[in-house]
Amino acid sequence: MDVLMLSRLQFAAATMFHFLFVPLTLGLSVLIACMETAYARTGNVVYKRMAKFWGKLFLINFTLGVVTGITLEFQFGTNWSRYSAYVGDIFGSLLAIEATAAFFLESTFIGVWHFGWEKLSPKAHAVTAWLVAFASNLSAVWILIANGFMQNPLGFELRNGRAELTDFIAVITNPWAWNEFVHVVAGAFCVATFFIAGISAWHLLRKQNEELFAKSMRLALTVGFLATVVVAVQGHLHGNLVAKLQPAKLAAMESHWETMPNAPMYLLQIPDEKQEGNLVQAMPVPSLLSILAFNDPDAVVKGLKDFPAADRPPVGITFLAFRIMVGIGTLMPLLMLFGLWKRGNLASCPTYLKAMVWAMPLPYLGMEAGWVVAEVGRQPWIVFGLMRTSDAVSPITAAQAGSSLVALVLLYTLLGAAGAYLMVTAARKGPQDA
Amino acid sequence: MLETIWFLLWGVLWAGYFVLDGFDLGMGTLMPFLAKDEFDKRTIYNAGGPFWDGNEVWLIAAGGVTFAAFPLAYATMFSGLYSALMLLLFALIIRGVSYEFRSKVESVAWRSLWDACHTVGSFLPALLLGVAFANLFHGLPLDEQHVNQSGLIYLLNPYGLLGGVFFVAMFALHGALWLAIRATGDIQARAISAAVKLWPAVLVLVLAFLAYSFVHTQLFGNYLQNPHLFLILVAAVAGLLASRLYLSAGKFWKAWAGSAVFIACVALFGVVGLFPAILISTLNPAWSLTIQNASSSPLTLKIMLGVALVFVPIVIAYQFWVYKNFSGPIESEKELEY
Ligand code: HDD
Ligand code: HEM
Ligand code: HEM
Repeated sequence: MDVLMLSRLQFAAATMFHFLFVPLTLGLSVLIACMETAYARTGNVVYKRMAKFWGKLFLINFTLGVVTGITLEFQFGTNWSRYSAYVGDIFGSLLAIEATAAFFLESTFIGVWHFGWEKLSPKAHAVTAWLVAFASNLSAVWILIANGFMQNPLGFELRNGRAELTDFIAVITNPWAWNEFVHVVAGAFCVATFFIAGISAWHLLRKQNEELFAKSMRLALTVGFLATVVVAVQGHLHGNLVAKLQPAKLAAMESHWETMPNAPMYLLQIPDEKQEGNLVQAMPVPSLLSILAFNDPDAVVKGLKDFPAADRPPVGITFLAFRIMVGIGTLMPLLMLFGLWKRGNLASCPTYLKAMVWAMPLPYLGMEAGWVVAEVGRQPWIVFGLMRTSDAVSPITAAQAGSSLVALVLLYTLLGAAGAYLMVTAARKGPQDA
Repeated sequence: MLETIWFLLWGVLWAGYFVLDGFDLGMGTLMPFLAKDEFDKRTIYNAGGPFWDGNEVWLIAAGGVTFAAFPLAYATMFSGLYSALMLLLFALIIRGVSYEFRSKVESVAWRSLWDACHTVGSFLPALLLGVAFANLFHGLPLDEQHVNQSGLIYLLNPYGLLGGVFFVAMFALHGALWLAIRATGDIQARAISAAVKLWPAVLVLVLAFLAYSFVHTQLFGNYLQNPHLFLILVAAVAGLLASRLYLSAGKFWKAWAGSAVFIACVALFGVVGLFPAILISTLNPAWSLTIQNASSSPLTLKIMLGVALVFVPIVIAYQFWVYKNFSGPIESEKELEY
């Protein structure tokens, strides 16, 4: 394999691993802050035990999020140096703002939160929880503005052989970035609420700490239902933007080959990239694709055949990932809704509780699949329409890129296994006394 | 002008990183020598516990600022030092994780595994940072396209290695002084005696490093042109001396502050010596990266300056508050979180 392919694999491995931890941090930090606020307001110790129990799991996850983030911060320089030199004027400043405005706050106050249970009053402690939650989500804003620039570059001019910033406001108000932000944060709340719901269900099935876990469950169901609805509804609007600005990605998401008005959507479809078509396409819903993409049944949806082969993203992966995401996005609100309906006597629905334990990985899978859609679907561009991924890679040797890839995958696998073991052990052990 | 300000800020961020994470790395390096039992080890983890993550962000910010203000330098430096940087990152990863993972399982094998990770993950970054910065002070064989023509082995030249050893010793002293502040009892006594022993080693190493730099690099050029700058070196020496005097007096906070001044001034000494180059090409001076040919556009530099002037003081203020409130002596099991 060449340096390009190795670097792409390495980047994909590093970000996807980082993103196993990020969403739980984003969502759970806010929910823990809510629990602590409830404790500070009411003095009810069960809220403190809740915050401590979920907080313990949070810390393991957070640490893994932090250490895997460091690799990413430097990855643009190590493996994508031409990219860094070309768009660093814009992209680099966004990463630097993320570090100075968000990471410092987040990681300083996570220490205070961790070591402050005895030293701080419940109110002050709740404030540190809110600071961590705020800073984590602020970091998401900045990194997604950076990613938004790669998806929909604006606010720059080509000068001195590189992209130079001309309009900072345009960069930070990039509609693509804000769509991503809402979608990702809502998705993060899905991850966090399914996490809480699954672990609570496990304990409720065993009738342990019922008050604490019933309260947790109720919080998870309420917030979770909202989040799943937002993800799906806003995902549709996000899709409209993709249709408008990255039509090739949209066509790949749907494996849509022929340009046509009233484009249907096939419920059963198997793409065949070599033949430039679909091996199987059955059960069409007339005009649905046109409606979903442009809110108009008569709209023309451009097909992949009308893009030069060199400008088409990989169809199979993009298509599959999109179906997985949307499938999960359809299933999740139903699961949450059922729980809300039965919330009074969940104990009488052991099947539902068991299902919720098994549902925990769903939003994780949705998140990873979503990023695959967004990033693989953007190919062959690293910055859409501006720079190709193949022009972005560093002048390093395949031996360097290959050995770091192997080392990274090995290290991450071991860390992931150790982290998962600790999480499962701590989750099973249940809450300790406050 | 903007470029110059950013160059200095760049140096300040690295100095901040060395001063803050330096003591965590130093304590981790010293752990096998200072910790005799489980409580000692946990004391070391907890002495750095509330701070290590916030400290590490100084590195992330230094990386980010390199990217934002000098994108070409970011691109060249981190792809050019590819293998060394990857090693550094992996080391920092196992170091970070060891804090959180170690105490979670009560098994001797599990704990010694993470202790080993903690020590290696602290020692290696100190060494690699020293090696890398010494090589930056001297320059790298960058070609016309700013591509580094050498590999990891090249970095391990005598000057680079001296830089590495110097950093390890400097951080170890800094860590021992921090442990003297936070530990109590036997482990505090061992930390103090380690600091006493390390101090002369650091002194010898810094003198050796300066002398070697004088003959091997261009670092002193700016100083000879503008002798006022020698104040940086004077401050470094003063900091080092103060740390020894306060150590004898049993004033550990002040001793640590002296060591902090020393580390910051060492970093600034190098950075000021480099100016206006960021990455020197040893093949042809015209191929070096300087603040002129590597910097961002004036607009980006202005916006980033605004951001830095607002946020860096705020960061310093709250980190100062945290240090003040969370660095009391660790006396009993009850205070241990890790
Ligand atoms: C949508 C959110 C999001 C996305 C897309 C990314 N991250 Fe991230 N990152 C976070 C959200 C986040 C976070 C929630 O703020 C983390 C995760 C867990 C944590 O501790 O903080 C974090 C941690 C984290 C850290 C450690 C910060 C610390 O020490 O406190 C770094 C250096 C990065 N990230 C860098 C990156 C880079 C360079 C990315 C792009 C490829 C990236 N992250 C994608
Ligand atoms: C954290 C969530 C993210 C995930 C899971 C993710 C996933 C991926 C994947 C799977 C690829 C490989 C695509 C391919 O090669 O076909 C990729 C590429 C890339 N992404 Fe992301 N991405 C994430 C966030 C980001 C962000 C926030 C940025 C920028 C700030 C970014 C920048 C890049 C770059 C530079 C590449 C390299 C091009 C390439 O490998 O093809 N990614 N990402
Ligand atoms: C059911 C309806 C859903 C729709 C219509 C939808 C739509 C979309 C679209 C069009 C994109 C691509 C945007 C781009 O190219 O940048 C996307 C990306 C993404 N999706 Fe979804 N999505 C849905 C559900 C979900 C769910 C349930 C999750 C996870 C819990 C999720 C997580 C993500 C993530 C993380 C991304 C990448 C970041 C981004 O581009 O915003 N999505 N989604």
